[in-house]
Amino acid sequence: MRAGRIVLGLLVILILCGGAFFFWASWPEIAAIQPPAKTSFDPAAVKRGGELVAIGNCITCHTRSDGKPLAGGRALTTPFGRIYATNITPDPDTGIGRWSQEAFDRAMRRGVDRRGEHLYPAFPYDHFTQLSENDLKAIYAYLMTREPVQALMPANELPFPLNLRVTVAAWKLLFLRTGTYRSDPVHDVEWNHGAYLANSLAHCGACHTPRNFLAAEERGDAFGGGSAEGWYAPALNAASPAPVPWTKDSLYTYLRHGFEAQHGSPTGPMREVVASLAQVPESDVRAIATYVASLAPPNPDRQRRAEALLRKLGQPETVGAALPAPPNAGAAIFAGACAVCHSPTRSSGSAEGINLALSSAVNGPDPRNAIRVIIGGIHQADTEPGPLMPDFGGAFTDAQIADLLNYVRTRFAGQPTWPDLLDHIRRIRQGQDNS
Amino acid sequence: MVTLTVNGRQHQTDAETDTPLLYVLRDELGLNGAKFGCGLGQCGACTVNVDGRAIYSCLTPIVALEGKEITTLEGLGTVDKPHPLQRAFMDEQAAQCGYCIAGMIMRANALLQNQPGASEAVIRAHMQPNLCRCGTHMRILRAVRRAALAMKEAAR
Repeated sequence: MRAGRIVLGLLVILILCGGAFFFWASWPEIAAIQPPAKTSFDPAAVKRGGELVAIGNCITCHTRSDGKPLAGGRALTTPFGRIYATNITPDPDTGIGRWSQEAFDRAMRRGVDRRGEHLYPAFPYDHFTQLSENDLKAIYAYLMTREPVQALMPANELPFPLNLRVTVAAWKLLFLRTGTYRSDPVHDVEWNHGAYLANSLAHCGACHTPRNFLAAEERGDAFGGGSAEGWYAPALNAASPAPVPWTKDSLYTYLRHGFEAQHGSPTGPMREVVASLAQVPESDVRAIATYVASLAPPNPDRQRRAEALLRKLGQPETVGAALPAPPNAGAAIFAGACAVCHSPTRSSGSAEGINLALSSAVNGPDPRNAIRVIIGGIHQADTEPGPLMPDFGGAFTDAQIADLLNYVRTRFAGQPTWPDLLDHIRRIRQGQDNS
Repeated sequence: MVTLTVNGRQHQTDAETDTPLLYVLRDELGLNGAKFGCGLGQCGACTVNVDGRAIYSCLTPIVALEGKEITTLEGLGTVDKPHPLQRAFMDEQAAQCGYCIAGMIMRANALLQNQPGASEAVIRAHMQPNLCRCGTHMRILRAVRRAALAMKEAAR
Protein backbone atom coordinates (compact mmCIF):
# COMPACT_ATOMS: atom_id res chain seq x y z
CA MET A 1 0.00 0.00 0.00
CA ARG A 2 2.70 2.40 1.09
CA ALA A 3 4.91 1.39 -1.84
CA GLY A 4 1.99 1.97 -4.18
CA ARG A 5 1.63 5.54 -2.89
CA ILE A 6 5.31 6.25 -3.34
CA VAL A 7 5.18 4.98 -6.93
CA LEU A 8 2.07 7.05 -7.58
CA GLY A 9 3.72 10.13 -6.05
CA LEU A 10 6.86 9.68 -8.16
CA LEU A 11 4.71 9.22 -11.26
CA VAL A 12 2.86 12.48 -10.59
CA ILE A 13 6.15 14.32 -10.07
CA LEU A 14 7.53 12.82 -13.27
CA ILE A 15 4.46 13.85 -15.26
CA LEU A 16 4.57 17.37 -13.82
CA CYS A 17 8.27 17.70 -14.62
CA GLY A 18 7.74 16.29 -18.10
CA GLY A 19 4.85 18.68 -18.67
CA ALA A 20 6.88 21.62 -17.40
CA PHE A 21 9.78 20.60 -19.65
CA PHE A 22 7.60 20.36 -22.77
CA PHE A 23 5.95 23.67 -21.93
CA TRP A 24 9.39 25.24 -21.49
CA ALA A 25 10.72 23.52 -24.59
CA SER A 26 7.97 24.60 -26.98
CA TRP A 27 8.18 27.88 -28.78
CA PRO A 28 5.50 29.50 -30.91
CA GLU A 29 5.94 30.12 -34.61
CA ILE A 30 6.80 33.73 -35.46
CA ALA A 31 4.64 34.96 -38.35
CA ALA A 32 6.24 34.93 -41.79
CA ILE A 33 6.80 38.35 -43.32
CA GLN A 34 7.03 39.61 -46.88
CA PRO A 35 10.76 39.73 -47.68
CA PRO A 36 11.74 43.34 -46.87
CA ALA A 37 12.98 45.58 -49.67
CA LYS A 38 16.74 46.05 -49.80
CA THR A 39 16.23 49.79 -49.63
CA SER A 40 14.50 49.48 -46.24
CA PHE A 41 17.84 48.90 -44.52
CA ASP A 42 20.28 51.56 -43.35
CA PRO A 43 23.41 51.32 -45.57
CA ALA A 44 25.65 51.88 -42.53
CA ALA A 45 24.05 48.91 -40.78
CA VAL A 46 24.50 46.78 -43.91
CA LYS A 47 28.17 47.70 -44.07
CA ARG A 48 28.81 46.95 -40.39
CA GLY A 49 26.75 43.76 -40.78
CA GLY A 50 29.12 42.59 -43.51
CA GLU A 51 32.09 43.13 -41.22
CA LEU A 52 30.36 41.29 -38.39
CA VAL A 53 29.48 38.38 -40.67
CA ALA A 54 33.18 38.20 -41.56
CA ILE A 55 34.18 38.26 -37.87
CA GLY A 56 31.66 35.46 -37.23
CA ASN A 57 33.06 33.61 -40.26
CA CYS A 58 29.47 32.63 -41.08
CA ILE A 59 30.32 32.00 -44.71
CA THR A 60 32.57 29.03 -43.99
CA CYS A 61 29.88 26.78 -42.54
CA HIS A 62 26.99 28.25 -44.50
CA THR A 63 28.56 27.73 -47.95
CA ARG A 64 29.13 24.50 -49.86
CA SER A 65 32.47 24.10 -51.62
CA ASP A 66 30.77 24.41 -55.01
CA GLY A 67 27.86 26.56 -53.81
CA LYS A 68 26.87 30.20 -53.71
CA PRO A 69 27.91 32.24 -50.64
CA LEU A 70 25.70 31.74 -47.55
CA ALA A 71 23.36 29.34 -49.38
CA GLY A 72 24.16 26.53 -46.95
CA GLY A 73 24.54 22.82 -47.56
CA ARG A 74 27.94 22.26 -46.05
CA ALA A 75 28.05 19.12 -43.91
CA LEU A 76 29.39 19.47 -40.40
CA THR A 77 30.73 16.22 -39.07
CA THR A 78 29.96 15.90 -35.37
CA PRO A 79 30.64 12.96 -33.06
CA PHE A 80 26.90 12.17 -33.33
CA GLY A 81 26.35 12.44 -37.08
CA ARG A 82 26.19 14.92 -39.92
CA ILE A 83 24.41 18.23 -39.74
CA TYR A 84 23.92 20.40 -42.81
CA ALA A 85 24.28 24.16 -42.46
CA THR A 86 21.19 26.06 -43.55
CA ASN A 87 20.61 28.56 -46.33
CA ILE A 88 20.86 32.03 -44.77
CA THR A 89 20.32 34.02 -47.96
CA PRO A 90 16.99 35.91 -48.05
CA ASP A 91 15.30 33.40 -50.38
CA PRO A 92 11.66 33.35 -49.22
CA ASP A 93 11.16 29.60 -49.63
CA THR A 94 14.49 27.95 -48.82
CA GLY A 95 16.34 30.72 -46.95
CA ILE A 96 15.46 33.29 -44.28
CA GLY A 97 13.59 35.71 -46.57
CA ARG A 98 10.40 35.44 -44.51
CA TRP A 99 12.13 35.84 -41.17
CA SER A 100 11.46 39.05 -39.24
CA GLN A 101 14.16 40.68 -37.16
CA GLU A 102 12.46 39.12 -34.14
CA ALA A 103 12.67 35.63 -35.62
CA PHE A 104 16.32 36.18 -36.53
CA ASP A 105 17.16 37.42 -33.02
CA ARG A 106 15.43 34.41 -31.47
CA ALA A 107 17.47 32.02 -33.61
CA MET A 108 20.72 33.76 -32.69
CA ARG A 109 19.98 34.15 -28.99
CA ARG A 110 17.90 31.07 -28.20
CA GLY A 111 18.61 28.62 -30.99
CA VAL A 112 14.99 28.43 -32.13
CA ASP A 113 14.01 28.90 -35.77
CA ARG A 114 11.10 30.97 -37.10
CA ARG A 115 8.68 28.06 -36.95
CA GLY A 116 9.59 27.36 -33.32
CA GLU A 117 11.88 24.36 -33.92
CA HIS A 118 15.03 23.94 -31.87
CA LEU A 119 18.27 24.38 -33.80
CA TYR A 120 21.19 22.05 -33.20
CA PRO A 121 24.05 23.67 -31.31
CA ALA A 122 26.42 23.00 -34.20
CA PHE A 123 25.10 26.50 -34.88
CA PRO A 124 26.93 28.30 -32.06
CA TYR A 125 24.04 30.21 -30.48
CA ASP A 126 25.59 29.42 -27.12
CA HIS A 127 28.00 32.20 -28.21
CA PHE A 128 25.70 34.36 -30.35
CA THR A 129 23.35 34.75 -27.39
CA GLN A 130 25.81 37.35 -26.10
CA LEU A 131 25.38 39.63 -29.14
CA SER A 132 24.11 43.17 -28.68
CA GLU A 133 20.85 44.29 -30.22
CA ASN A 134 22.61 46.72 -32.54
CA ASP A 135 24.91 44.05 -33.89
CA LEU A 136 22.00 41.66 -34.45
CA LYS A 137 20.28 44.40 -36.42
CA ALA A 138 23.37 44.98 -38.53
CA ILE A 139 23.87 41.27 -39.23
CA TYR A 140 20.21 40.91 -40.17
CA ALA A 141 20.45 43.96 -42.44
CA TYR A 142 23.47 42.50 -44.20
CA LEU A 143 21.99 39.02 -44.68
CA MET A 144 18.62 40.33 -45.89
CA THR A 145 20.32 42.44 -48.57
CA ARG A 146 22.29 39.53 -50.13
CA GLU A 147 21.20 37.90 -53.37
CA PRO A 148 18.55 35.31 -52.53
CA VAL A 149 19.60 31.81 -53.57
CA GLN A 150 17.13 28.98 -53.87
CA ALA A 151 18.83 25.97 -52.29
CA LEU A 152 17.31 23.13 -50.28
CA MET A 153 19.39 21.36 -47.66
CA PRO A 154 19.88 17.62 -47.41
CA ALA A 155 18.29 16.11 -44.29
CA ASN A 156 20.57 15.86 -41.25
CA GLU A 157 22.02 12.42 -40.60
CA LEU A 158 21.51 11.92 -36.88
CA PRO A 159 20.57 8.75 -35.00
CA PHE A 160 17.47 8.37 -32.82
CA PRO A 161 16.75 10.09 -30.44
CA LEU A 162 18.99 13.01 -31.50
CA ASN A 163 17.00 13.32 -34.73
CA LEU A 164 14.14 14.59 -32.53
CA ARG A 165 14.74 18.30 -32.02
CA VAL A 166 13.18 18.24 -28.58
CA THR A 167 16.38 16.57 -27.35
CA VAL A 168 18.08 19.90 -28.09
CA ALA A 169 15.80 21.51 -25.50
CA ALA A 170 17.17 19.13 -22.88
CA TRP A 171 20.69 20.06 -23.97
CA LYS A 172 19.83 23.75 -23.62
CA LEU A 173 18.41 23.15 -20.14
CA LEU A 174 21.74 21.65 -19.11
CA PHE A 175 24.19 23.88 -20.94
CA LEU A 176 22.79 27.05 -22.54
CA ARG A 177 23.28 30.27 -20.61
CA THR A 178 21.55 33.12 -22.42
CA GLY A 179 22.18 36.84 -22.02
CA THR A 180 24.13 39.60 -23.73
CA TYR A 181 27.78 40.29 -22.95
CA ARG A 182 28.37 42.36 -19.80
CA SER A 183 31.50 44.40 -19.89
CA ASP A 184 34.12 43.89 -17.23
CA PRO A 185 34.96 47.20 -15.51
CA VAL A 186 38.40 45.91 -14.51
CA HIS A 187 39.47 46.03 -18.16
CA ASP A 188 39.63 48.84 -20.72
CA VAL A 189 37.32 49.43 -23.66
CA GLU A 190 39.53 47.63 -26.20
CA TRP A 191 39.81 44.50 -24.06
CA ASN A 192 36.07 44.47 -23.50
CA HIS A 193 35.35 44.91 -27.21
CA GLY A 194 37.70 41.99 -27.89
CA ALA A 195 36.15 39.83 -25.17
CA TYR A 196 32.71 40.61 -26.55
CA LEU A 197 33.63 39.72 -30.14
CA ALA A 198 35.68 36.64 -29.24
CA ASN A 199 33.03 35.18 -26.96
CA SER A 200 29.98 36.06 -29.00
CA LEU A 201 30.25 36.39 -32.75
CA ALA A 202 33.75 35.03 -33.38
CA HIS A 203 32.86 32.01 -31.20
CA CYS A 204 36.55 31.20 -30.64
CA GLY A 205 35.65 28.82 -27.82
CA ALA A 206 33.57 26.66 -30.16
CA CYS A 207 36.85 25.13 -31.35
CA HIS A 208 39.42 26.19 -28.74
CA THR A 209 37.49 24.98 -25.67
CA PRO A 210 37.26 21.25 -24.97
CA ARG A 211 33.76 19.73 -25.06
CA ASN A 212 32.14 17.23 -22.74
CA PHE A 213 30.52 13.96 -23.85
CA LEU A 214 27.35 15.85 -24.80
CA ALA A 215 29.38 18.24 -26.96
CA ALA A 216 28.92 21.21 -24.66
CA GLU A 217 31.92 23.39 -23.91
CA GLU A 218 33.64 22.66 -20.60
CA ARG A 219 33.05 25.95 -18.79
CA GLY A 220 35.72 25.15 -16.25
CA ASP A 221 38.38 24.83 -18.97
CA ALA A 222 37.56 27.73 -21.28
CA PHE A 223 40.10 28.01 -24.13
CA GLY A 224 41.90 24.90 -22.87
CA GLY A 225 42.24 23.46 -26.41
CA GLY A 226 39.68 21.59 -28.49
CA SER A 227 38.96 20.20 -31.93
CA ALA A 228 37.68 21.47 -35.26
CA GLU A 229 36.95 19.23 -38.23
CA GLY A 230 39.63 16.79 -37.18
CA TRP A 231 42.23 19.46 -36.42
CA TYR A 232 43.54 20.29 -32.97
CA ALA A 233 42.57 23.82 -31.91
CA PRO A 234 45.39 24.71 -29.54
CA ALA A 235 44.84 25.95 -26.02
CA LEU A 236 44.76 29.74 -25.81
CA ASN A 237 45.03 29.90 -22.02
CA ALA A 238 48.00 29.09 -19.81
CA ALA A 239 48.15 25.64 -21.45
CA SER A 240 49.08 27.17 -24.84
CA PRO A 241 51.68 24.98 -26.55
CA ALA A 242 53.33 27.93 -28.34
CA PRO A 243 57.05 27.86 -27.45
CA VAL A 244 57.11 31.67 -27.65
CA PRO A 245 54.14 33.06 -25.68
CA TRP A 246 51.67 34.99 -27.78
CA THR A 247 51.44 38.75 -27.29
CA LYS A 248 48.72 41.05 -28.50
CA ASP A 249 51.02 42.27 -31.28
CA SER A 250 52.02 38.82 -32.49
CA LEU A 251 48.39 37.66 -32.34
CA TYR A 252 47.31 40.69 -34.32
CA THR A 253 49.90 40.00 -37.02
CA TYR A 254 48.88 36.34 -37.19
CA LEU A 255 45.13 36.98 -37.27
CA ARG A 256 45.37 39.87 -39.71
CA HIS A 257 48.11 38.73 -42.11
CA GLY A 258 48.14 34.93 -41.80
CA PHE A 259 51.81 34.64 -40.88
CA GLU A 260 53.83 35.53 -37.83
CA ALA A 261 57.56 34.87 -37.72
CA GLN A 262 57.69 33.24 -34.29
CA HIS A 263 54.53 31.16 -34.71
CA GLY A 264 54.02 30.44 -38.41
CA SER A 265 50.85 30.17 -40.49
CA PRO A 266 47.35 29.11 -39.61
CA THR A 267 46.37 25.64 -40.82
CA GLY A 268 43.10 23.77 -41.22
CA PRO A 269 39.87 25.65 -40.47
CA MET A 270 41.85 28.55 -38.95
CA ARG A 271 42.94 29.57 -42.46
CA GLU A 272 39.35 30.51 -43.29
CA VAL A 273 39.02 32.45 -40.04
CA VAL A 274 42.14 34.45 -40.83
CA ALA A 275 41.02 35.05 -44.43
CA SER A 276 37.80 36.56 -43.00
CA LEU A 277 39.65 38.69 -40.48
CA ALA A 278 41.69 40.26 -43.28
CA GLN A 279 38.49 41.99 -44.43
CA VAL A 280 37.31 43.64 -41.21
CA PRO A 281 38.40 46.89 -39.51
CA GLU A 282 41.83 46.70 -37.97
CA SER A 283 40.45 47.86 -34.61
CA ASP A 284 38.23 44.77 -34.32
CA VAL A 285 41.17 42.43 -34.93
CA ARG A 286 43.37 44.38 -32.49
CA ALA A 287 40.65 44.10 -29.84
CA ILE A 288 40.33 40.34 -30.33
CA ALA A 289 44.12 39.97 -30.16
CA THR A 290 44.26 42.02 -26.96
CA TYR A 291 41.64 39.85 -25.30
CA VAL A 292 43.03 36.50 -26.50
CA ALA A 293 46.57 37.44 -25.43
CA SER A 294 45.22 38.11 -21.93
CA LEU A 295 43.91 34.54 -21.65
CA ALA A 296 47.42 33.30 -20.91
CA PRO A 297 48.72 35.47 -18.09
CA PRO A 298 52.41 36.42 -18.21
CA ASN A 299 54.55 33.57 -16.96
CA PRO A 300 58.18 34.47 -16.20
CA ASP A 301 59.30 30.83 -16.56
CA ARG A 302 57.82 30.45 -20.03
CA GLN A 303 59.19 33.84 -20.99
CA ARG A 304 62.71 32.86 -19.94
CA ARG A 305 62.50 29.57 -21.83
CA ALA A 306 61.24 31.38 -24.93
CA GLU A 307 64.07 33.90 -24.78
CA ALA A 308 66.63 31.13 -24.38
CA LEU A 309 65.12 29.30 -27.36
CA LEU A 310 65.18 32.42 -29.54
CA ARG A 311 68.80 33.10 -28.59
CA LYS A 312 69.67 29.54 -29.55
CA LEU A 313 67.83 29.78 -32.87
CA GLY A 314 69.56 33.09 -33.58
CA GLN A 315 72.92 31.30 -33.68
CA PRO A 316 72.60 28.81 -36.51
CA GLU A 317 76.34 28.24 -36.71
CA THR A 318 76.37 26.63 -33.26
CA VAL A 319 72.99 24.90 -33.33
CA GLY A 320 73.18 21.73 -35.38
CA ALA A 321 75.80 23.29 -37.67
CA ALA A 322 75.37 20.24 -39.84
CA LEU A 323 72.34 17.98 -39.88
CA PRO A 324 73.19 14.89 -37.87
CA ALA A 325 74.09 11.93 -40.07
CA PRO A 326 70.79 10.20 -40.80
CA PRO A 327 70.61 7.49 -38.13
CA ASN A 328 67.10 6.46 -39.11
CA ALA A 329 64.54 6.78 -41.88
CA GLY A 330 62.87 9.75 -40.17
CA ALA A 331 66.05 11.80 -40.22
CA ALA A 332 66.73 10.94 -43.87
CA ILE A 333 63.18 11.88 -44.86
CA PHE A 334 63.51 15.16 -42.98
CA ALA A 335 66.81 15.91 -44.70
CA GLY A 336 65.45 15.13 -48.18
CA ALA A 337 61.93 16.50 -47.93
CA CYS A 338 61.68 19.12 -45.18
CA ALA A 339 65.12 20.62 -44.57
CA VAL A 340 65.15 22.68 -47.74
CA CYS A 341 62.58 24.98 -46.09
CA HIS A 342 62.66 24.02 -42.41
CA SER A 343 66.36 23.54 -41.79
CA PRO A 344 67.62 25.83 -39.05
CA THR A 345 70.93 26.13 -40.91
CA ARG A 346 69.87 26.78 -44.48
CA SER A 347 68.11 29.81 -45.79
CA SER A 348 65.80 29.36 -48.73
CA GLY A 349 64.56 32.81 -49.56
CA SER A 350 60.90 33.39 -50.05
CA ALA A 351 59.80 29.88 -49.15
CA GLU A 352 61.58 29.87 -45.83
CA GLY A 353 59.49 27.73 -43.52
CA ILE A 354 59.15 28.29 -39.82
CA ASN A 355 61.78 26.74 -37.59
CA LEU A 356 59.92 23.71 -36.26
CA ALA A 357 61.20 24.40 -32.74
CA LEU A 358 58.72 27.31 -32.76
CA SER A 359 55.76 25.37 -34.14
CA SER A 360 52.73 24.75 -31.92
CA ALA A 361 51.84 21.75 -34.09
CA VAL A 362 55.20 20.12 -33.30
CA ASN A 363 55.30 21.19 -29.64
CA GLY A 364 51.62 20.59 -28.81
CA PRO A 365 50.01 17.62 -27.10
CA ASP A 366 48.06 16.44 -30.15
CA PRO A 367 49.77 15.22 -33.34
CA ARG A 368 46.84 15.68 -35.72
CA ASN A 369 47.82 19.06 -37.15
CA ALA A 370 51.35 17.96 -37.93
CA ILE A 371 50.00 14.79 -39.60
CA ARG A 372 47.40 16.67 -41.63
CA VAL A 373 49.87 19.30 -42.80
CA ILE A 374 52.33 16.63 -43.98
CA ILE A 375 49.63 14.63 -45.80
CA GLY A 376 47.70 17.53 -47.31
CA GLY A 377 50.12 20.47 -47.27
CA ILE A 378 48.98 24.03 -46.71
CA HIS A 379 47.28 25.33 -49.82
CA GLN A 380 46.41 28.79 -50.94
CA ALA A 381 42.96 29.62 -52.22
CA ASP A 382 42.33 28.49 -55.82
CA THR A 383 42.98 31.94 -57.20
CA GLU A 384 46.42 32.28 -55.64
CA PRO A 385 49.57 30.66 -57.01
CA GLY A 386 51.17 27.58 -55.60
CA PRO A 387 51.00 25.84 -52.24
CA LEU A 388 52.53 27.35 -49.11
CA MET A 389 53.61 23.92 -48.06
CA PRO A 390 53.51 21.07 -50.55
CA ASP A 391 51.59 17.89 -49.71
CA PHE A 392 53.45 14.67 -49.03
CA GLY A 393 50.51 12.28 -48.73
CA GLY A 394 51.40 10.61 -52.04
CA ALA A 395 55.10 10.34 -51.31
CA PHE A 396 55.16 8.71 -47.88
CA THR A 397 53.54 5.67 -46.31
CA ASP A 398 51.88 5.87 -42.90
CA ALA A 399 54.95 4.32 -41.30
CA GLN A 400 57.26 6.80 -43.03
CA ILE A 401 55.17 9.74 -41.78
CA ALA A 402 55.39 8.26 -38.27
CA ASP A 403 59.20 7.91 -38.58
CA LEU A 404 59.42 11.50 -39.75
CA LEU A 405 57.23 12.89 -36.97
CA ASN A 406 59.02 10.91 -34.27
CA TYR A 407 62.24 12.46 -35.49
CA VAL A 408 60.81 15.99 -35.75
CA ARG A 409 59.16 15.79 -32.35
CA THR A 410 62.28 14.69 -30.50
CA ARG A 411 64.71 16.87 -32.41
CA PHE A 412 62.78 20.15 -32.52
CA ALA A 413 60.39 20.01 -29.58
CA GLY A 414 62.73 18.00 -27.36
CA GLN A 415 59.70 16.09 -26.16
CA PRO A 416 58.81 12.40 -26.02
CA THR A 417 57.14 11.08 -29.18
CA TRP A 418 53.34 11.20 -29.36
CA PRO A 419 51.60 8.02 -28.23
CA ASP A 420 49.52 6.08 -30.80
CA LEU A 421 50.99 8.15 -33.63
CA LEU A 422 50.64 5.48 -36.32
CA ASP A 423 47.03 4.91 -35.33
CA HIS A 424 46.29 8.65 -35.67
CA ILE A 425 47.92 8.67 -39.11
CA ARG A 426 45.89 5.66 -40.29
CA ARG A 427 42.64 7.16 -39.09
CA ILE A 428 43.31 10.49 -40.75
CA ARG A 429 44.36 8.78 -43.98
CA GLN A 430 41.16 6.74 -43.99
CA GLY A 431 39.08 9.89 -43.60
CA GLN A 432 38.05 9.09 -40.05
CA ASP A 433 38.60 11.40 -37.12
CA ASN A 434 36.96 14.38 -38.81
CA SER A 435 35.02 15.92 -35.98
CA MET B 1 72.04 0.94 -51.56
CA VAL B 2 68.46 1.80 -52.50
CA THR B 3 66.45 -0.08 -55.14
CA LEU B 4 64.01 2.01 -57.16
CA THR B 5 61.34 0.78 -59.57
CA VAL B 6 61.07 3.36 -62.35
CA ASN B 7 58.73 2.85 -65.31
CA GLY B 8 58.60 -0.86 -64.51
CA ARG B 9 62.38 -1.37 -64.35
CA GLN B 10 64.47 -1.83 -61.24
CA HIS B 11 67.51 0.33 -60.61
CA GLN B 12 70.00 0.21 -57.78
CA THR B 13 71.63 3.42 -56.67
CA ASP B 14 74.49 4.25 -54.34
CA ALA B 15 73.19 7.74 -53.71
CA GLU B 16 72.73 8.85 -50.09
CA THR B 17 69.34 7.79 -48.72
CA ASP B 18 68.21 11.41 -48.28
CA THR B 19 68.89 12.28 -51.95
CA PRO B 20 65.77 13.60 -53.68
CA LEU B 21 64.45 11.29 -56.39
CA LEU B 22 64.78 14.02 -59.05
CA TYR B 23 68.60 13.96 -58.88
CA VAL B 24 68.72 10.20 -59.29
CA LEU B 25 66.28 10.31 -62.22
CA ARG B 26 68.23 12.98 -64.07
CA ASP B 27 71.83 12.37 -63.05
CA GLU B 28 71.94 8.57 -62.82
CA LEU B 29 69.09 7.23 -64.93
CA GLY B 30 69.17 9.85 -67.69
CA LEU B 31 65.44 10.43 -67.37
CA ASN B 32 65.30 14.16 -68.05
CA GLY B 33 61.53 14.61 -68.32
CA ALA B 34 61.07 15.81 -64.75
CA LYS B 35 62.64 19.25 -64.30
CA PHE B 36 64.21 21.15 -61.44
CA GLY B 37 62.14 24.29 -61.00
CA CYS B 38 62.18 25.74 -57.50
CA GLY B 39 63.38 22.80 -55.44
CA LEU B 40 60.83 23.76 -52.79
CA GLY B 41 57.62 22.03 -53.88
CA GLN B 42 56.14 25.33 -55.03
CA CYS B 43 56.04 24.94 -58.82
CA GLY B 44 55.44 21.30 -59.74
CA ALA B 45 57.97 21.10 -62.62
CA CYS B 46 59.48 17.98 -60.98
CA THR B 47 56.16 16.11 -60.64
CA VAL B 48 56.20 12.34 -61.19
CA ASN B 49 53.79 9.59 -60.12
CA VAL B 50 54.38 7.23 -57.21
CA ASP B 51 51.87 4.40 -56.89
CA GLY B 52 49.54 6.46 -59.07
CA ARG B 53 49.76 9.69 -57.09
CA ALA B 54 51.46 12.95 -58.04
CA ILE B 55 54.53 13.77 -55.95
CA TYR B 56 57.27 16.39 -56.02
CA SER B 57 60.39 14.43 -56.97
CA CYS B 58 62.62 17.33 -55.84
CA LEU B 59 61.38 16.82 -52.27
CA THR B 60 61.02 13.06 -52.06
CA PRO B 61 64.11 11.31 -50.66
CA ILE B 62 64.78 7.94 -52.26
CA VAL B 63 64.70 6.20 -48.87
CA ALA B 64 60.92 6.71 -48.94
CA LEU B 65 60.49 5.05 -52.34
CA GLU B 66 61.68 1.49 -52.01
CA GLY B 67 59.01 -0.96 -53.10
CA LYS B 68 56.89 1.74 -54.76
CA GLU B 69 56.10 2.13 -58.48
CA ILE B 70 57.59 5.32 -59.88
CA THR B 71 56.30 6.56 -63.25
CA THR B 72 57.91 9.44 -65.11
CA LEU B 73 56.93 11.13 -68.36
CA GLU B 74 59.19 8.65 -70.19
CA GLY B 75 57.00 5.82 -68.88
CA LEU B 76 53.80 7.12 -70.46
CA GLY B 77 54.16 6.74 -74.22
CA THR B 78 56.58 6.81 -77.12
CA VAL B 79 57.03 9.07 -80.13
CA ASP B 80 55.23 6.51 -82.28
CA LYS B 81 52.59 5.71 -79.73
CA PRO B 82 51.98 8.71 -77.47
CA HIS B 83 49.85 8.46 -74.35
CA PRO B 84 46.43 10.18 -74.67
CA LEU B 85 47.73 13.02 -72.49
CA GLN B 86 50.80 13.50 -74.70
CA ARG B 87 48.57 13.33 -77.81
CA ALA B 88 46.24 15.97 -76.31
CA PHE B 89 49.10 18.33 -75.36
CA MET B 90 50.40 18.10 -78.96
CA ASP B 91 46.95 18.60 -80.47
CA GLU B 92 46.30 21.65 -78.32
CA GLN B 93 49.87 22.93 -78.80
CA ALA B 94 49.82 23.32 -75.04
CA ALA B 95 53.41 24.39 -74.54
CA GLN B 96 55.41 27.52 -74.97
CA CYS B 97 58.86 27.05 -73.46
CA GLY B 98 57.82 23.58 -72.32
CA TYR B 99 59.68 23.52 -69.03
CA CYS B 100 56.60 22.86 -66.90
CA ILE B 101 54.90 20.42 -69.28
CA ALA B 102 56.33 17.13 -68.02
CA GLY B 103 55.14 18.04 -64.53
CA MET B 104 51.76 19.15 -65.83
CA ILE B 105 51.24 15.91 -67.73
CA MET B 106 52.27 13.77 -64.77
CA ARG B 107 50.01 15.64 -62.36
CA ALA B 108 47.12 15.30 -64.81
CA ASN B 109 47.93 11.62 -65.26
CA ALA B 110 47.57 10.96 -61.52
CA LEU B 111 44.04 12.37 -61.72
CA LEU B 112 42.88 10.82 -65.00
CA GLN B 113 44.15 7.32 -64.16
CA ASN B 114 41.68 7.26 -61.29
CA GLN B 115 39.00 9.54 -62.70
CA PRO B 116 38.92 9.47 -66.50
CA GLY B 117 36.38 12.09 -67.51
CA ALA B 118 37.00 14.31 -64.45
CA SER B 119 34.99 17.54 -64.50
CA GLU B 120 36.39 20.98 -65.22
CA ALA B 121 36.18 21.97 -61.53
CA VAL B 122 37.98 18.82 -60.41
CA ILE B 123 40.69 19.29 -63.05
CA ARG B 124 41.29 22.91 -62.05
CA ALA B 125 41.51 22.11 -58.32
CA HIS B 126 43.82 19.17 -59.01
CA MET B 127 46.18 21.12 -61.31
CA GLN B 128 46.38 24.09 -58.92
CA PRO B 129 49.86 23.30 -57.49
CA ASN B 130 51.60 23.34 -60.90
CA LEU B 131 52.76 26.64 -62.33
CA CYS B 132 53.48 27.74 -65.92
CA ARG B 133 55.43 30.98 -66.21
CA CYS B 134 54.67 31.45 -69.90
CA GLY B 135 50.96 31.71 -69.19
CA THR B 136 49.91 28.67 -71.20
CA HIS B 137 47.41 27.59 -68.54
CA MET B 138 44.35 27.86 -70.77
CA ARG B 139 45.85 25.57 -73.40
CA ILE B 140 47.09 23.20 -70.70
CA LEU B 141 43.59 22.98 -69.24
CA ARG B 142 42.14 22.40 -72.71
CA ALA B 143 44.65 19.61 -73.27
CA VAL B 144 43.79 17.96 -69.96
CA ARG B 145 40.08 18.17 -70.76
CA ARG B 146 40.71 16.70 -74.21
CA ALA B 147 42.71 13.85 -72.68
CA ALA B 148 40.01 13.30 -70.07
CA LEU B 149 37.43 12.80 -72.82
CA ALA B 150 39.74 10.52 -74.80
CA MET B 151 40.58 8.41 -71.75
CA LYS B 152 36.91 8.16 -70.79
CA GLU B 153 36.08 6.96 -74.32
CA ALA B 154 38.93 4.46 -74.17
CA ALA B 155 37.77 3.19 -70.79
CA ARG B 156 34.33 2.24 -72.17
